[in-house]
Amino acid sequence: MRSLFMAAAAALTSLLAATASASGLMPQYTIVIKDHAYQPAELTVPAGTKFKLIVRNEDATPEEFESTDFNREKIVLPNSSITVYIGPLRAGSYGFFGDFHQATAQGRLIVK
Amino acid sequence: MLAVALLVFREVMEAALIVSVVCAATRGVGRRGRYVIAGMAIGITGALLVAMGASLISRMASGSGQEVFNAGVLLSAVLMIGWHVVWMSKHGSDLAQRMNAVGRGVKAGSSSLALLLVVVAIAVLREGSEIVLFLYGMALGGVGAVGLAGGLALGIGGGALLGLALYFGLLRIPMKHFFKVTNWMLVLLASGLASTAARYLVQSNLLSAWGTQVWDTSWLLSNGSLAGRTLGILIGYDASPTGVQLAFYATTLLLLVAGMQRLSGARPARASGAHLPPVDSASGSSR
Repeated sequence: MRSLFMAAAAALTSLLAATASASGLMPQYTIVIKDHAYQPAELTVPAGTKFKLIVRNEDATPEEFESTDFNREKIVLPNSSITVYIGPLRAGSYGFFGDFHQATAQGRLIVK
Repeated sequence: MLAVALLVFREVMEAALIVSVVCAATRGVGRRGRYVIAGMAIGITGALLVAMGASLISRMASGSGQEVFNAGVLLSAVLMIGWHVVWMSKHGSDLAQRMNAVGRGVKAGSSSLALLLVVVAIAVLREGSEIVLFLYGMALGGVGAVGLAGGLALGIGGGALLGLALYFGLLRIPMKHFFKVTNWMLVLLASGLASTAARYLVQSNLLSAWGTQVWDTSWLLSNGSLAGRTLGILIGYDASPTGVQLAFYATTLLLLVAGMQRLSGARPARASGAHLPPVDSASGSSR
């Protein structure tokens, strides 16, 4: 059993090492959280392309950037930014929200 | 208060489902209540520390600290569950027999206690740290003490009720099949946690996705729905997984099933019902 786990660990390590981050060429977008709302609330991105999304929180309270449509969740502390990598996604409309202020923090990703 | 209750409920529910499965899987282990409470206490302390250190964690690993932390914590839980599942495949039937015969707590294998302590602590820590950050924000945002306390109580109460319902539902499974069922539930739970760990690493670009949206069943059951979240925890359901998530899921599943098969195949012929195996055979050190 131990050797099985070792093999799994080795496979995991090589997988991690093999991941080249070609983030330099990736499209990049920024959205801002202000007064518990996303600005812009709608963001258009190209289909079939991985991109980098920066979320900047200008409020004094923490927020969680989350989407159950494209499977992302990350805490954004007050007055700071986070980066998440998204996609490639198929064309369509994908919702995202601020988990801590769902009444106001709603946004949409338009992928085309 | 309702917004507080809803968020707290969702987080507590996720932790409660894991705690329930783990508690069911360690049924009959003596003094396990203490380990569950200790696990919760460690989890709550950890949640406070993680929330206070959130800024530090976020800045680590060039901004991928949250993802690396989450993936690491999840994979630790997977290892813990894996150890227990493989151990149980060797001792589970003995345990079930002796529980029928003696009807009281049996001496625990070290894997059971470690499972309770570590997995309960991890589940509480992960969801708890989000609750702490959320409540901190709500308090800053002017939600009063009554709203916070009321929402917290409602959310925790609701989540705990759901967990208890699952736990007592599982206890109704006949003893003959009981550990077989809970073992399989642990295997699926662990596979799902491994898949979630992979998702975090993809999110921070530390792992290739190997294809995003391999399928999309969100029209049928979305990740955000209550049922989707519940199945997400229990069996690792994901409406649109990446390829590497599937690889993590399948690898965990295969490794654990292989571990279970190998050990149960090596088990000596089962003792007849009239003969009770010695209690000491339940100690985990023999592996």
